[in-house]
Amino acid sequence: MSQTTVTEEPPRPRPSVRPTTLRRPRLPGWSRGALLLGSAAIGTATGLVAGLESRVQWGLIAALVFVVGGFALTSAVEGRRQAVDRLAASLVWTSFLVAVLPLASLLWETIARGIPGVSWYFLTHSMNGVLSWQDGGGIYHALLGTVQQVLLASVIAIPLGLLTAVYLVEYGSGRLARAITFFVDVMTGIPSIVAGLFILSMWIMMMGFGYSGFAGALALSILMMPIVVRSTEEMLKLVPNELREASLALGVPKWRTILKVVLPTAIGGITTGIMLALARIAGETAPIILLVFGNNMINGNPFEGAQSSLPLFVYEQWAFGTESAYDRAWAAALVLIAFVMILNLAARAVARWKAPKSGR
Amino acid sequence: MAKRIDVTGLTAYYGTHKAIDDISMHVEPMSVTAFIGPSGCGKSTFLRTLNRMHEVTPGGRVEGKVLLDDEDLYGPGVDPVSVRRTVGMVFQRPNPFPTMSIYDNVAAGLRLNGSYRKSELDDIVEKNLRGANLWNEVKDRLNKPGSGLSGGQQQRLCIARATAVEPEVLLMDEPCSALDPISTLAIEDLIGQLKSTFTIVIVTHNMQQAARVSDRTAFFNLAAVGQPGKLIEIGDTDRIFSNPTVRATEDYISGRFG
Repeated sequence: MSQTTVTEEPPRPRPSVRPTTLRRPRLPGWSRGALLLGSAAIGTATGLVAGLESRVQWGLIAALVFVVGGFALTSAVEGRRQAVDRLAASLVWTSFLVAVLPLASLLWETIARGIPGVSWYFLTHSMNGVLSWQDGGGIYHALLGTVQQVLLASVIAIPLGLLTAVYLVEYGSGRLARAITFFVDVMTGIPSIVAGLFILSMWIMMMGFGYSGFAGALALSILMMPIVVRSTEEMLKLVPNELREASLALGVPKWRTILKVVLPTAIGGITTGIMLALARIAGETAPIILLVFGNNMINGNPFEGAQSSLPLFVYEQWAFGTESAYDRAWAAALVLIAFVMILNLAARAVARWKAPKSGR
Repeated sequence: MAKRIDVTGLTAYYGTHKAIDDISMHVEPMSVTAFIGPSGCGKSTFLRTLNRMHEVTPGGRVEGKVLLDDEDLYGPGVDPVSVRRTVGMVFQRPNPFPTMSIYDNVAAGLRLNGSYRKSELDDIVEKNLRGANLWNEVKDRLNKPGSGLSGGQQQRLCIARATAVEPEVLLMDEPCSALDPISTLAIEDLIGQLKSTFTIVIVTHNMQQAARVSDRTAFFNLAAVGQPGKLIEIGDTDRIFSNPTVRATEDYISGRFG
């Protein structure tokens, strides 16, 4: 390319990888929209001609045409590197859609079927005296049970989980810490029915207590604790060591450093982790069936006698199989989703509010 | 107020690795002592043994004596927390507490150690921010987070935070290495003022800085990578820079190696 002024024999020029111009042929901006419409049309047409019943199949054909067509088109006009880029991008988007569609359809279905059943009456009355084929009745007893059981489980699991995580990150080293980490990992994998059976044999059969919301909460706390430990541990590890050292160098004792510097710095993430754990246990059914038993009446005392809970209520109503029971099941499912969603939103709000501010 | 430090036969380990070997020296009260030397020669490790921060590192272990006036920091029954209240530290990277405001950062050392009245704290915060030449820049936004300040301001905030607990000795671990020349100048001026109250020990990679700010200079070196660092010589800064007694010091200072 450039003139060499070297007097010795110049090296044989190699084919340059440097382009001669910075411009490259590019597909026009509207091509992507056109491709999207085109592949949708092809998908629909193929579906109609081949007589495919399911719209999902139409969509999958359209997605396939979109991915392959985009790759071929870009490869023909713009070149290989851009084509691979386009392929990766469209695969990511398609996978995202495939993942989100079932979720959206589930939400849609629950809302559409659940909304008619949700009313103030439904939220404030129990199923006492309502027969399965009758309209009416409500979920107050189940909502109360879920809130009490989840609260009790949190009261047990959150302090234990937090302290365990603090031990693992700030104090633990060597064998004990490794053993705890191992058992926490094992606990993460415990199926909820096993946790339920464990409490059933320990609390109810061996120690002789009866069915109660508290027994259910014990099983739920077993499920909740490892999640709290894990997420808190990860969050505490993210706190820079420099902050701990800064605090220690001011002559602040270690426990106060953890309490006043480390935990506040990580509080946003810790809250999110706890709320995710709460959301997970709020939807548990198996241990509730085993330990709380279910009840159509309002029982405000979680320490004595059978209670109900939202997931259990949904399960029972669905099992009745009558029209009005189905309606109640959908409405209760909607309330359960809303309950978990509100917890999640609250957690996000707390996390945003408590997160370290950049202050710019 | 300021105290003298006497170190005898100090050796520090990381696990089984010996980081510094058999260091003996003394630090004069109300003066600035600079540690210079190539990377990895143990200057920072040695500095951290002077307020028992070395043992915070997992595997960190110290042998030898560090006398603060006449109390051994490593003697039996000595509480590291009290040591660190007496010997404060400023780190290489500015590290204000991200959850706290500028005001709370300066007050942190006091608040976390006991309770103070609001008016008392107000006075202490203002006095120390003034002492760190930061008051005029932040007095209107004391309740904003400290992490919103520039790097140089953050470092001066950290100095104010360290001086607020009224230590006797102030250790500075390359306090200017993350800062631009203007902020560096501000910190160097500040060091000049602080030495009327504190005994200051500063680690620096910048030899001009050592020459500018310090009264005495200690040169550390290591025989080879993986060998422990050693104190080569210590003396008045003028003497070390103009007439070093050891060849290695002269080579390092004149830029022939390191």
